[in-house]
Amino acid sequence: MSGANGIERLDTIRVRTPEGAVFSHRLASPVMRMLALLADWMIVSAGWGIVSVAISLLALVSVDAMRAVSVIGYFVVSQGYSIFFEWRWRGLTPGKRMLRLRVIDERGLRLSLWQVVLRNLLRAIDALPLGYFAGGATALLSRRCQRLGDLAAGTLVIWEAPEPAPDPALLGSEKYNTLRGHAPVVARLRQAVSPGEARVAWLALARRDKLDDAARVELFADLADHFKSLTDFPEGVTDGVSNEQFVRNVVDVLFVERRSSGAAR
Amino acid sequence: MIVNLDQFIEAERPKWERLDKILNRLANDPWRKLPLEEVREMEHLYQRASADLARLATFSAEPETRAYLENLVARGYAEIHGGAGGRSVAHWRPGKWFSVTLPGVFRKRIRAFWFALALMLGGAVFGGFAVALDPEAKQVLMPFSHLLGDPAERVAKEEAGADYNRLDGSKGTFAGYLMTHNIRVTLLVMALGMTWGAGTLVLLFYNGVILGAVVADYVLAGQTTFLFGWLLPHGMIEIPAILVGGQAGFVLAGALIGRGQNKGLAMRLRAAAPDVVTLCAGAALMLVWAGVVEAFISQYHAPVLPYWIKIAFGVIEGAVLLWYFGFCGRKREGDENQ
Repeated sequence: MSGANGIERLDTIRVRTPEGAVFSHRLASPVMRMLALLADWMIVSAGWGIVSVAISLLALVSVDAMRAVSVIGYFVVSQGYSIFFEWRWRGLTPGKRMLRLRVIDERGLRLSLWQVVLRNLLRAIDALPLGYFAGGATALLSRRCQRLGDLAAGTLVIWEAPEPAPDPALLGSEKYNTLRGHAPVVARLRQAVSPGEARVAWLALARRDKLDDAARVELFADLADHFKSLTDFPEGVTDGVSNEQFVRNVVDVLFVERRSSGAAR
Repeated sequence: MIVNLDQFIEAERPKWERLDKILNRLANDPWRKLPLEEVREMEHLYQRASADLARLATFSAEPETRAYLENLVARGYAEIHGGAGGRSVAHWRPGKWFSVTLPGVFRKRIRAFWFALALMLGGAVFGGFAVALDPEAKQVLMPFSHLLGDPAERVAKEEAGADYNRLDGSKGTFAGYLMTHNIRVTLLVMALGMTWGAGTLVLLFYNGVILGAVVADYVLAGQTTFLFGWLLPHGMIEIPAILVGGQAGFVLAGALIGRGQNKGLAMRLRAAAPDVVTLCAGAALMLVWAGVVEAFISQYHAPVLPYWIKIAFGVIEGAVLLWYFGFCGRKREGDENQ
């Protein structure tokens, strides 16, 4: 992504491991980070409001002690909140957790304590002159959306999508597939369907439960029409099979080789 | 295209889930130490997941599994290649940090401290001369209204005992305010190192100007004994603490500028950052002590607390501080370096 300022900003960072695997992290936008900061600020304020009530009981013993604990306590809580949670929860604070953000080492390694402490101590300059202007401006100008504290500590804030374990039952392989008995059709489909088209069909199946009923029917009708246009299908292969089941059958033969056609393993 | 995707997922999934479970257990407890067998198992599972990810990387039609595996490999990579430093808090010894690490880092970065000290002294000379040559400058330079009056009048008032009770019932609050305010200022002095040191330089010089102006004002008014008795007990720790904050800021600035270093910016910052954090923590500790002393000792003057006691207290603090930063932990540090 290229910003108006000419700086090429990245959406993701890629890390290549010594084992040869490559993984990527999606960088969090400054707006998301600001929302997480706001959420954390509200949590600290609310939490401190409750703690203050408990501290006020100290006034029964000494008003001075109550005020001293209050002054020092607020300082410790406001400075230590992010340090404590980011260390204890591995780059998360409650606000970041709500928005699925996480602080990581910029090389993909484990966060160390000094990194957590330094990036939070440098909020003193990121917050200048008001409302995190310096930090926000630096993040907007930085390729990897880093505020000054992140630059010094070598950290990034990423957005983590929920990644559920893959479900092999997605294809419904226990069901009878009418295409399995027609090897020439299967071969023609494997030749004609591009990886991108196959991916679209797979994603449609994976996310089918998240679609509105009308959108789901329309999407699978379009996909089925497209696959049916690629080759001729013998009679009986598509008769009585819903569009969604037909797409499922096509994806099944594209991605899975059975030991014997038409039979579930 | 990959073949037998469901077989692949079905065969590998238990291993991925096992790795996921181990990583979750580690994530839930940063202090947790895995037994050797589990470490070996984790490494084996990580290698396997990496291979699976590499295999899937050529397969554009399976983004969900790839995303899941990327997440798993990323977490495994952080654990396995993270290095011993990542979990160092588990091995952190406060006693060793205080007696060896902090003074060692101070000595290692002594040039930044001398620079901070020179700046503050420069500011003090400027402030002192400004007040000596133009008494009107006091109105501009003094940060607090109670410093604007005639020093002799203030000393007479303090010694008459008129204000002895002004902090009664609020010494704790005053100490808390001093600690938190001074720590905030010191952290700002450090953080301004990110302006290539310009902000740190300005703040240190400005603090020197104020200090010099106050000293000159009281010395010229013939109140030198009162001045030392008032400033030394807390200032002997507070001023060096701000200088240590400045030292941390210049260490940061030095890493940013990178003069004479053959490393990239990220590597330079990575090397400097632990020292910056150590120096800041040291300065914060010093300011906690200074806050208590300022609230409970510095505000009392003769005849309640004779000046010689206050001055002696400050001198002893200074000597201890000098010994601490100059010599403490030197032997152990040397033993560890050999």
